[in-house]
Amino acid sequence: MEHSETRGSIIGVDVGGTFTDLVMVDSASGTMRIAKTPTTLDNQAFGVLAALEQAEVDLGEVGLIVHGTTTTTNAVLERKLSRTGLITTAGFRDVLELGRRTRPQAYGMKGQFTPIIPRDLRLEVPERMDAQGNVLIPLDEDALRAAIRQLVDAGCEALVIHFLHAYANPAHELRAAEIAAELWPNSYITTGHSLLSESREFERGVTAAVNASVQPLLERYVARLRDELAAKGYRGDVLVMNGNGGMVSSKLVAREAAKTVMSGPASGVMAAAYTGRRASEPNLLTYDMGGTSTDVALIRDGTPPVSNEIEVEYAMPIHVPMVDVRTVGAGGGSIARVNAAGLLEVGPESAGADPGPICYGKGGTRPTISDANMLLGRLNTAKLNAVAGGVGMEELAAIFARELGAPLGVDAHGAADAVIRMANAKMAGAIRMVSLSLGADPRDFALFAFGGAGPLHAAALARELGVPRVLVPARPGITNALGCAVADLRHDFVQTLNQPLDDLDIPALHAAFAGQLAEGQAALARENITVTRVEHHFSADMQFLGQSHVVRVPLADATPTAETLRSRFNEVYWQRFKVALPEIRARIVNVNCSVIGVCAPVDLSRLIDAAGRQAHATPTGHRQVYFDGSPHDTPIYWRDHLPADVTLEGPAIIEQLDCTTLIPPGDRVQGGVDGNLMIHIGAAE
Amino acid sequence: MSSIDPITLSVIQAGLQQVCDEMDLSFSRAAFSPVIAEANDRSDGIYAAEDGALIAQGAGGLPVFVGTMQYSTRTLIEMIAAGTAPAPQPDDIYIVNDPYLGGTHLMDVRFARPFYRNGEIFCWLSNTGHWPDTGGAVPGGFSASATSVEQEGLRLPPVRLFKQGVLDPEIYAIICSNIRVADQRIGDVKAQAAALMVGEEQLNALLDRYGDDVVRTAIAELRTRAEAQMRSLIDEIPDGEYTSTAWIDSDGVVNEPLAIRLKVTKAPGHLTFDFAGSSPPCMGPMNSVLATTLSSVYLAMRHIFPQVPISAGAFEPLEVIRPTGTFLDAQYPRPVSGCAAEVSQRIAEAVFAALVEALPHRVTAAPAGTSGNFALGGHDPLTGRDFVMYQLSGGGYGGNADHDGIANGCSTIGISKAPPVEIMEQNFPVLYHRYALREGSGGAGRHRGGLGLDYELELRRGDARASFVMDHGRFGPQGALGGADGAKNEVEVWRDGHRYIPEHLSKEQDIALKAGDRVRVKTPGGGGFGPASERDPALSEEDTRLGRS
Repeated sequence: MEHSETRGSIIGVDVGGTFTDLVMVDSASGTMRIAKTPTTLDNQAFGVLAALEQAEVDLGEVGLIVHGTTTTTNAVLERKLSRTGLITTAGFRDVLELGRRTRPQAYGMKGQFTPIIPRDLRLEVPERMDAQGNVLIPLDEDALRAAIRQLVDAGCEALVIHFLHAYANPAHELRAAEIAAELWPNSYITTGHSLLSESREFERGVTAAVNASVQPLLERYVARLRDELAAKGYRGDVLVMNGNGGMVSSKLVAREAAKTVMSGPASGVMAAAYTGRRASEPNLLTYDMGGTSTDVALIRDGTPPVSNEIEVEYAMPIHVPMVDVRTVGAGGGSIARVNAAGLLEVGPESAGADPGPICYGKGGTRPTISDANMLLGRLNTAKLNAVAGGVGMEELAAIFARELGAPLGVDAHGAADAVIRMANAKMAGAIRMVSLSLGADPRDFALFAFGGAGPLHAAALARELGVPRVLVPARPGITNALGCAVADLRHDFVQTLNQPLDDLDIPALHAAFAGQLAEGQAALARENITVTRVEHHFSADMQFLGQSHVVRVPLADATPTAETLRSRFNEVYWQRFKVALPEIRARIVNVNCSVIGVCAPVDLSRLIDAAGRQAHATPTGHRQVYFDGSPHDTPIYWRDHLPADVTLEGPAIIEQLDCTTLIPPGDRVQGGVDGNLMIHIGAAE
Repeated sequence: MSSIDPITLSVIQAGLQQVCDEMDLSFSRAAFSPVIAEANDRSDGIYAAEDGALIAQGAGGLPVFVGTMQYSTRTLIEMIAAGTAPAPQPDDIYIVNDPYLGGTHLMDVRFARPFYRNGEIFCWLSNTGHWPDTGGAVPGGFSASATSVEQEGLRLPPVRLFKQGVLDPEIYAIICSNIRVADQRIGDVKAQAAALMVGEEQLNALLDRYGDDVVRTAIAELRTRAEAQMRSLIDEIPDGEYTSTAWIDSDGVVNEPLAIRLKVTKAPGHLTFDFAGSSPPCMGPMNSVLATTLSSVYLAMRHIFPQVPISAGAFEPLEVIRPTGTFLDAQYPRPVSGCAAEVSQRIAEAVFAALVEALPHRVTAAPAGTSGNFALGGHDPLTGRDFVMYQLSGGGYGGNADHDGIANGCSTIGISKAPPVEIMEQNFPVLYHRYALREGSGGAGRHRGGLGLDYELELRRGDARASFVMDHGRFGPQGALGGADGAKNEVEVWRDGHRYIPEHLSKEQDIALKAGDRVRVKTPGGGGFGPASERDPALSEEDTRLGRS
């Protein structure tokens, strides 16, 4: 294999809410290029092509393009879905609308919920399995045909077939799909058990319904993108990022389109894990702060955690394996206000991207976190002045003094400082909650800061959390695109067994694992992408009898004994909850398998061009930056010019095209591998 | 003590909240039983050393506990002072579930731990967890027909379950020999105690950082400010008197409705809640203890003004006149197992109904307002084991100024998820024939009430007994401002093909079933908001097209 050491030229391109980012790595020539263009919402392909143009890529020379897209995410959140029909077990068509009996907020009896498929497109047919998979009522095939025709006539483009207990026995779903294939005008047919062979009819049904209703959109989008790229000379396949942090061929991706819904945040975490492994920092808390939201994930031993239980929004669970990324609050656009009790609040209200913070100059009038950073000198005021018709510093200061300073009894800078303190305290609290809920003490991790605003707040947050180090990667603003470029091929499988450990059918368990493995290997073979090796990971979801929550237990191989399962479960349960319950019997709920085609490593050492670096760190200028209420004369550095092994003590500001890194007084920053910066909290002399 | 700047105050407020949220998280994560681990039927908070006043409480706690623990903590402090409860030592944890000592029903078991700084009690940390069983006549504790608290389960006065950090094996043995599935309880006891330890660790860190005096000053100042915030919010209500009546179907024993009569008087910065004229204490378990009655009023106000953090200061402008002589201030030995799940919701509904006219943009028409408790206990010949299953159900929410009510929302006092049908059928010998929207159940209005739930299930094997503790079977959830009432709760039991309707409509204990018998429940729809004649025709047309009306 000629690609055994490198991947040749590879492009990662990620479409975010505001920007489309691209990174190209050509290991043969050693070049690395990046590009950033505005996202084109109506057809994301235009933004992708613009980014390729900006990076001056010769598509004929490119080996592989890996693409992260928000096509399906946006479709779900805005309910701009393909018209989709559901056929389900008689008596249960409302499951998708009834949900699991909650309300959107704990307090306040209002709220709304729009089911993913409207009631008139949800039809029932006689059929029934019991929980053991026995047929109680045979599938009424005539009723099924009539229902299918009714949905075709209603103009449905996609079809969901979702029967109760199909995870235990999929025979009726399989037969119904067979009949539907004869009558349905296209191949957009999703059966409930095929994405997720797990009990819980609401979660499985929503997952299938989301899949079906984004499938046509995603397939059309990737087909159009492939055509556009081919027209410009690209000869390879386009791979698409999934929410599990792995990539999948664009020819297969629409089959399981639901898996792409949370892919953006996942690719950032994959890049963090990859960067961390190369920098010998395997345990990371990733902190991605953007303009409208902040995402957090926990990486242990270089491996991002994967969860099957992500909720995309209220009552919208998508139960397929996805990187466990938690949105902990708003971003730079969070609005600060003084409430009726005279106390300062930051968020949850946000100025969003439009009008955005006051300093964007797009008509925002309410003070935000970004404005506070601007006022404290932490962001480059040249950007502020560049906005035509925007506001000046004096005006910004006047708004802070009036809206916040007066009721709090401080001046404009005091108010801005308070906003940052409050924001950091709340974000630190939210990060602690994520970390604790995953059974981890944040102090055992390094903070990995990225996104437009991450490196601006990271050092202060780390101090608040007791985290000793902050890793700021070479290109914090294109981390998601980098995640695409370093991704591996990945296929995940979940199957419900639901048996007490004492009566476990061990051969059936081994057969389940073997089946999952074979399916994954077959998928890799169909993708036909060169991989250096294939990894398999097996795990079991287990619980004590009487419980309803499960714990994921990683296993060394596909042929565990009952004794191994018991002892591994006890170990993992103890690690997570610090409780041992030897008196109570255990149950195995699901078996899971991940099949990963590991691609050749990508060299990140040229993310910042060595040729541009200078022998000594020389400030490009100085400005007054406020820390803890008082101004400090602070040197400003241009990151690309810093020596690779630089050491600086705070206060300092390091600027680059897409990001500003803040080193507060008392902290020290050092250059590391791959152009990373490592901030050591409290390490300054 | 020095004065404190508002910025430090804001940060300390967030810090106190964080301590409580971490206690909540720790309790849920480590708890054994799904009631706590998944349904979050628990709450954690910090209470004042001198009078138990609520300083801060976790945001993820079950709403019904909004005000209860400050009363149980206050009672404990008073009992210690009077010598009727043992004096505390560091690392002690008291356990108490006595409803009449600032509680709810027996299943809500409270732990309280004195928090020491420099050898003195600085404050109390306390939490409540709903135990799956505390003994009594019926598994789970929700009897529909108990006539005294002794029939409801084991009642614990405040005793030190942990003495200087060590679990007292003798007290624990007494508890275990009085409750069902006792072997699983140790998992919850350990989790409940560990959550208080997490709180202690985090509160110590906060005090070390800001200093004891600063935090003490901040707590006092936050109380004053929360009070001011609540006063400014309630001043949206024009001064005057507002009245309402809400009804409970029956107490489960005597088949007569119980009335909650409420008069709210608004004066500048002050609301008075007077329940005079409500029904006298009842025979069956639909009595409420005072702490639950007060908490239900606070809960209702928090649904109306969700932006005010939970603290004693926020409750200050809300004066509840003690409803002496009514079923809302039950005394020993009145049975009370329905107070947290049912009566509390009806009290909240009375508050909503009284204030909806004054605050039409904040208050909704009445929600389904019942926990919809259906219990089935029996013997499964296939597994050879006894079983007890619960189906708690939601119902429609009230229409409001902005929207129709949501369908199948959870109880007003809860936030928990319903179990999936597939999980129920895996664990119990039942087969569901239907789990559906209840068509036509939303009260008509400019914005109609949300739809209730309609489910039907069959016992597949063996014999079992069905019990129901529900409500709104006699009177549907009230419409507001000209909207119609939502559909009433309906229970039907089909035995040998014959329909049986419980005499009390929504409550009955131990109805014998055998294989093939069925139970059908239709939960209430929400009340409508505004006159139906003002409904947008497009919305009516959509309701018809989607079969909702």
